[in-house]
Amino acid sequence: MGAPDTPQQILDPKKRYQAGVLKYAQMGYWDGDYEPKATDILAVFRITPQEGVDPIEAAAAVAGESSTATWTVVWTDRLTASEMYRAKAYRIDPVPGQEGQYFCWVAYDLDLFEEGSIANLTASIIGNVFSFKPLKACRLEDMQFPVAYVKTFRGPPTGIVVERERLDKFGRPLLGATMKPKLGLSGKNYGRVVYEGLRGGLDFTKDDENINSQPFMHWRDRFLYCMEGVNQAAAQTGEVKGHYLNITAGTMEEMYKRAELARDLGSCVVMIDLVIGWTAIQSMSNWCRDNDMILHMHRAGHGTYTRQKNHGVSFRVIAKWLRLAGVDHLHAGTAVGKLEGDPMTVQGFYNVCRDTVTKQDLPRGLFFDQDWASLNKVMPVASGGIHAGQMHQLLHLFGDEVVLQFGGGTIGHPMGIQAGAQANRVALETMVMARNEGRDIVNEGPQILVEAAKWCQPLRAALDTWGDITFNYTSTDTSDFVATPTTA
Amino acid sequence: MRITQGCFSFLPDLTDTQITAQVAYCLQQGWAVSLEYTDDPHPRNNYWSMWGLPMFDLADPAGVMQELAACRDAQPEHYIRVNAFDSTRGWETVRMSFIAQRPSVEPGFRLVRQETDGRKLQYRLESYAVQRSPEGERYSA
Repeated sequence: MGAPDTPQQILDPKKRYQAGVLKYAQMGYWDGDYEPKATDILAVFRITPQEGVDPIEAAAAVAGESSTATWTVVWTDRLTASEMYRAKAYRIDPVPGQEGQYFCWVAYDLDLFEEGSIANLTASIIGNVFSFKPLKACRLEDMQFPVAYVKTFRGPPTGIVVERERLDKFGRPLLGATMKPKLGLSGKNYGRVVYEGLRGGLDFTKDDENINSQPFMHWRDRFLYCMEGVNQAAAQTGEVKGHYLNITAGTMEEMYKRAELARDLGSCVVMIDLVIGWTAIQSMSNWCRDNDMILHMHRAGHGTYTRQKNHGVSFRVIAKWLRLAGVDHLHAGTAVGKLEGDPMTVQGFYNVCRDTVTKQDLPRGLFFDQDWASLNKVMPVASGGIHAGQMHQLLHLFGDEVVLQFGGGTIGHPMGIQAGAQANRVALETMVMARNEGRDIVNEGPQILVEAAKWCQPLRAALDTWGDITFNYTSTDTSDFVATPTTA
Repeated sequence: MRITQGCFSFLPDLTDTQITAQVAYCLQQGWAVSLEYTDDPHPRNNYWSMWGLPMFDLADPAGVMQELAACRDAQPEHYIRVNAFDSTRGWETVRMSFIAQRPSVEPGFRLVRQETDGRKLQYRLESYAVQRSPEGERYSA
């Protein structure tokens, strides 16, 4: 497709390498007949060309600028096997219902990338093409990695299977809560909230993304008091408990130092923020492998580039990169909570985290099959504005392999934090049991919760307080292929 | 104190009808159900005693319930848990586990704090029942 006057690749070497400027398509970055090799890395971009720019030429430009090209012809191409190193845009489709937007498919030869380096991958794929003037906007929608490339990464240091074996918790989602208020508590008061949540029935509590080492609470105090809370709660329940100690800091040296104290105190998990960057993430993942540590990833900052559909990087791509880079937990959306997330799109993110082989599923935004080559599975985390009254929806949408985090929904409970945790745990276990018994939890869920609330007063108080709270706003990041259901 | 390990410890103890329904669910998933028992329920005691082998190729939950009854008769004051094992590639692990019997009294755990460098502590959990008596006599009335 494209305009009839779309420039064709110039095959005559004399003309091709004459000094001057050619169209990207003329330089060989578009090949509509190209059949991707099994070892190619594939990407789908959503591009919005400027007025008057031929979409095929725009697609070729994306392929060119994310691989070997510059704006003009260079004779030094002839010193290389340039035909192989050139990425090839090989397919372009108009986006259904979106005037002026196109999906363009680009294939990259494996030799364009260094093994085991997300930094290298991203420097190519999103290095400078997103600022390219002939495009009004550009979004990386999805990627496919050949097994040969996947195998150069170590992936999650623990993975869902081993995490559950270490925690001795099977057959239900895990329960967590983020400590609130996010900022301002002293170490001793903070540890109290940790203890109360875990004692009441949570499996994990969590530092928030911006808890590091501030004037009100030095990081060592936080670690010491949190681990007191964790161990006290473990002794009183006979369960393994954990607190995601956020080790995010200004330098790698400081992060290692914090990770080591977490280990020395017996923590089973540490936490980092996405904003520390790909190289730091891979380094911390290696450290966790060497120290039997679960690595929790908070996707702080992702909304700046994942949310708008016409420009940025889809979170499904970020999730794929993070599974390669190696994190054990990943915040992947709630669909029903306070933060952006269309239910089917969010399910697509969860599939990327948990599948052995991810199947193409356009309504869930997945453009490609992806064989994960036995890389460990990432435990998705649903966190942000969810409460016990939504338990049936959460279990139905996400299944068992997820951490459900109720921060406000635990700590804000009218009868106290332990009661809040107990309400959530009872709601969860009740719903899992009902689902396993064959009950239709989607429709009967509210009734099932009401029945349990008859013998569990904290659950009744939770339902009275939050039962009607919903966040029904239109999602921004939705599939273009079918009308998507809402949570309403 | 009530040990809250397993999938349903925050609910009232399961009736045999409820246990049967959960076992039926596990069998529908293609998981192999097994029973384990212990009188040392430390959260990091990974190896409870096996009550026979996992019941591969079982179709009817009645088979599990029969074994559960026999296990309860033999170990009336032990913890007994029902495990379901999934041999699917990529899992190959327990997918579900819940307590089906607990002793009449659960004395719980003591948290031992060993002071080390600075303000650091080394924590250890000790079971009061295990401290008190040898294996097999820990929870007898």
